[in-house]
Amino acid sequence: MDKHLITRGVQRSPFWKFILWILPWGMLLGWGLYGAYLCLAEGLNQTNMDNRFAFGLWIYLDLTVIAFGAGAFFTGFLLYILKRHELKSVINSAVVLGLICYSGAIAVLMVDVGQPLRAWFTFWHPNVHSMLTEVTFCLTCYLTVLILEYAPIVLKNRQIRKIPSYLVFEFNLHKLMVVFAGVGAFLSFFHQGSLGGLYGVLRGRPFAFREELGIWPSTFFLFILSAMAAGPSFILLTTWLVEKLSRKRLVKHETLSYLGKLSGIMLTVYILFKSIDTLIWINSTSPSSGFPAFEYYDRAAFGTWVLFAEVVVFGLLPALLLLRKRFREHRGWLITSAVFVLAGVALNRFVLTIQTLALPTLVFDEFLSYLPSWQEVATFSLVIAYGVVLYSVSFRYLPLFPQERELAQSY
Amino acid sequence: MDQATVKQSRYGMAIDLDRCTGCGACLMACAVENNVSPGRPTVNERTGTTWMRVIEVQDGRAFPAAETAFIPMMCQQCEEETPCVSVCPQNAVEVDPETGIVGQIPQRCLGCRYCMTACPYHARYYNWWDPQWPEGMEKALNPDVAPRMRGVVEKCNFCHGRLHDARAKAAAKGSREINPTDYIPACVESCPVQAITFGDLNDEAADVARQAKSERAFRFLSRLGTEPKVYYLSGRSWVQRLADRELARSKKETVHG
Repeated sequence: MDKHLITRGVQRSPFWKFILWILPWGMLLGWGLYGAYLCLAEGLNQTNMDNRFAFGLWIYLDLTVIAFGAGAFFTGFLLYILKRHELKSVINSAVVLGLICYSGAIAVLMVDVGQPLRAWFTFWHPNVHSMLTEVTFCLTCYLTVLILEYAPIVLKNRQIRKIPSYLVFEFNLHKLMVVFAGVGAFLSFFHQGSLGGLYGVLRGRPFAFREELGIWPSTFFLFILSAMAAGPSFILLTTWLVEKLSRKRLVKHETLSYLGKLSGIMLTVYILFKSIDTLIWINSTSPSSGFPAFEYYDRAAFGTWVLFAEVVVFGLLPALLLLRKRFREHRGWLITSAVFVLAGVALNRFVLTIQTLALPTLVFDEFLSYLPSWQEVATFSLVIAYGVVLYSVSFRYLPLFPQERELAQSY
Repeated sequence: MDQATVKQSRYGMAIDLDRCTGCGACLMACAVENNVSPGRPTVNERTGTTWMRVIEVQDGRAFPAAETAFIPMMCQQCEEETPCVSVCPQNAVEVDPETGIVGQIPQRCLGCRYCMTACPYHARYYNWWDPQWPEGMEKALNPDVAPRMRGVVEKCNFCHGRLHDARAKAAAKGSREINPTDYIPACVESCPVQAITFGDLNDEAADVARQAKSERAFRFLSRLGTEPKVYYLSGRSWVQRLADRELARSKKETVHG
């Protein structure tokens, strides 16, 4: 039915099967839209956030998906600026993933603020000292860059290519890709960092507050490094998942192995600096604010096991595995390590968003708990469903994996 | 107004915890003065709006030796590195350089609640619902203070409406300096035991400045370095130690909030 839209030389499932695959995600999307609508129309009283737990599931989602989406800028930077051509076979997929993560995060942010119609105020009278201003500016600009990077992939569609002017436009966009990659890397550096700074500057929350390096808290740099570790692992994992679901080989194992190596190197650097930062925080930053650091781990749900899991189990362990070629060559170890990398980064974002707010500041404060409402979960699911649908449509009709045809012919 | 000729003030408070009986008159007066709407039946202490909380704390000892203190807690008007000011993305929180008062501009607020996560005193409140008053009660609203809409943050601003009134009175007399007796926040006025003193901390003759320097004075979480302008007074050492988590811990006291 839609064969004329599918890239030449690649096999895709029958149209009815594709619809069957999309249908449940479409239903989830509808449920998510309803939840988001309730929050926009009735207000954030639909959520389980409150005056003490003012940030919740959505901010956690934003921080996590943006870290996962970092593969788009990091891969683009390595391919177009540093000329690492091994990544050519995954760059299109990386751009789609980046677009999904960033646009999803911005959509949820719009639901998360109480007055979304005032979002433009940040551009009109910005507070240049606020990390959120930096996040807003860089996210908006980088989303524009991602759309410009996604456009040539759409224009590569078999039918669209038939229009000569579109072909010329696509060719010209492609020539500018170096510029987009450079701008993307610059913007991503700042928004990944400022998302980390978002919590690092909170002097009133000594659990999150960190010393400044230059004008930014250390979390600014730690977020950049951890995002650079998570990005390649997310591309690796999604590529493997798409291969499994579509029952096709999409990229050579060397590419996946290279992504694993990149992730391993960046994770090692991140864990090294994270460990130094944690030691400084435990011994100096936190006690000097009147907060003995061990007290943070004295609470029922968040013992020292959280820190151990973050730094050792989901940090050091996958870093060591991914640095060894022997483990990268083994598909099982490679995928497991990538899952661990992503779990570690997701846990780090959870700790900063949720644990920070759960811990008391005043002596007579109590440890707080928070459980998201169904409307919050629905809006969260909206991003997941939107991502799956956009990726599935892109995978079906656009050439996301240039090696696919070659690999199909060799089998 | 020519700022160069206007006296720079640092408005602050001193709250005597040994006098406070926890009657709650201050928070009621605050709500009435500032048009804080009564909560819906479904609100709880974490979703309702009150610019001022009165927290009951006990020293953990058994009856009859047990002691209780009541701590009125509102925006502490941080002077240095004011946590909520630096984080607001669109300058909806500002420190008035003439008075030192940290003000909230609800009409500019995005409702992102970043300032709430930044505040160590939990003194900021988000309007989870549109404000509603029982029928007839809206006639008692204070015409000098605009009610806030759903989706924005609000907090204590030392009764800004009263500051405007005092300025208008001074201007009518051709003066630029307000008379201290014309500017008294509602909580100070309503306290039946005169536990709250308000005034200019820069004015050495003012009661508040004298009390802030007393040996009984302390500030909550002062080691954060935000220099709050609300001082608390107590002669009881266990109450003073509540100011700092490390101090409280070192004495191994059990404090029930």
